[in-house]
Amino acid sequence: MDVRSVSAENLTCLRGGRLVFRDVNLRIETGQVLSLEGPNGAGKTSLLRMIAGFLAPASGAITIQTSETKITEGEERGKFAGWLGHADGAKPQMTPRETLRFFADVYGARDDIDPKLDEVGLARVRDLPAQYLSAGQKKRLALARLKLCARPVWLLDEPLAALDVEGKALAANFIREHCASGGIAIAATHEPLGLDAIRMQLA
Amino acid sequence: MSAFWAMLVRDIRLATRAGGSAFLALAFFAAVATLVPLGVGSDLALLARIAGGVLWVGAILAALLSLDRLFQPDFEDGSLDVLALSALPLEALSFAKIAAHWITTGLALTILSPLLGLLFGLPQQGYLPLVASLAIGTPAVSAIGAIAAALTLSIRRGGLILPFIVLPLLAPAVIFGASAVSGAVEGLSSGALGLLTAFSFAMTVISPFVTAAALRLNLAG
Repeated sequence: MDVRSVSAENLTCLRGGRLVFRDVNLRIETGQVLSLEGPNGAGKTSLLRMIAGFLAPASGAITIQTSETKITEGEERGKFAGWLGHADGAKPQMTPRETLRFFADVYGARDDIDPKLDEVGLARVRDLPAQYLSAGQKKRLALARLKLCARPVWLLDEPLAALDVEGKALAANFIREHCASGGIAIAATHEPLGLDAIRMQLA
Repeated sequence: MSAFWAMLVRDIRLATRAGGSAFLALAFFAAVATLVPLGVGSDLALLARIAGGVLWVGAILAALLSLDRLFQPDFEDGSLDVLALSALPLEALSFAKIAAHWITTGLALTILSPLLGLLFGLPQQGYLPLVASLAIGTPAVSAIGAIAAALTLSIRRGGLILPFIVLPLLAPAVIFGASAVSGAVEGLSSGALGLLTAFSFAMTVISPFVTAAALRLNLAG
């Protein structure tokens, strides 16, 4: 089932009784990258969590349009989402290889783990427990996981944080490839992604 | 590997690796069961009578020790977000976590329990009910514990509140489990084991759904 577009209408976000944003509209089609910008507390992460279905909007609706149907229900939407949060999801006691194998299994993804680790430059540390990895290396591991899990809609929270110059280029390249092959990416970011993106400002 | 098995195997692996909770629970159980005879004294008849109760309470406390870490690490390091979006429904994820917790604590404690029965001079006819009641009843500890662990997930130091939620709910397990053992020691037949089975089964069936609902609340928070 191909995803055609992701759209949101009149979204309102309340956190702890406080209004974070209101009347947010967005529409993004296959092959496009949306760069969410705005100051701290503007609700970038909340918006991503809403799209993933974790957080219910106080009002408004989010729709994923596939080649067959329209999906509005939060948890069903989540099955299309690939998540890269600001936390990396790496267990200190598990090696990069074990981490990727585990996520490949729970996502029912193809299990070509070593090539993915090569791609993100972690081949040398693939059997080292993640507690010995640097923040940037853990981010690279999360990028490998994101690609391995092969979901059409990527939701990225600060995808470039902690990465070095080469890592940032790698992340940008992953996003570009993903969109070129019919995916969608929505990234909350403070720095330029280094690729053509639709920019959206959250006040 | 299927998603469910992958989850189960990962949690068992984490619990048995360095820093894992499995050996901690066993050591705690053994320590409690060793201290009680030292405190109560060498009245063998008394020890045999209280063995079931003490071992049951010890097993529950030992299992409780690792419960607050059931979802906490995954919540903090972002794994839970990634897992919640996976092909595995949250209910199945909860069940896999409960099963892994039971295997690394409840089952391990059950296997160790006959050895500790020796310290209490448990008569021969008490061993089978002891092992059977722990094997049947400890899944309820993991199941109820999972609900509490999911509910207290985003509360700072929620682990301190957890026992207050879990222990009252486990009263039936202690009553039926301990009386299955003491009944057998005194040569009485009781329906305790049957009631324990019903209680444990009901809790294990209900828990994944309640746990998943509590996890959803915390993912939104």
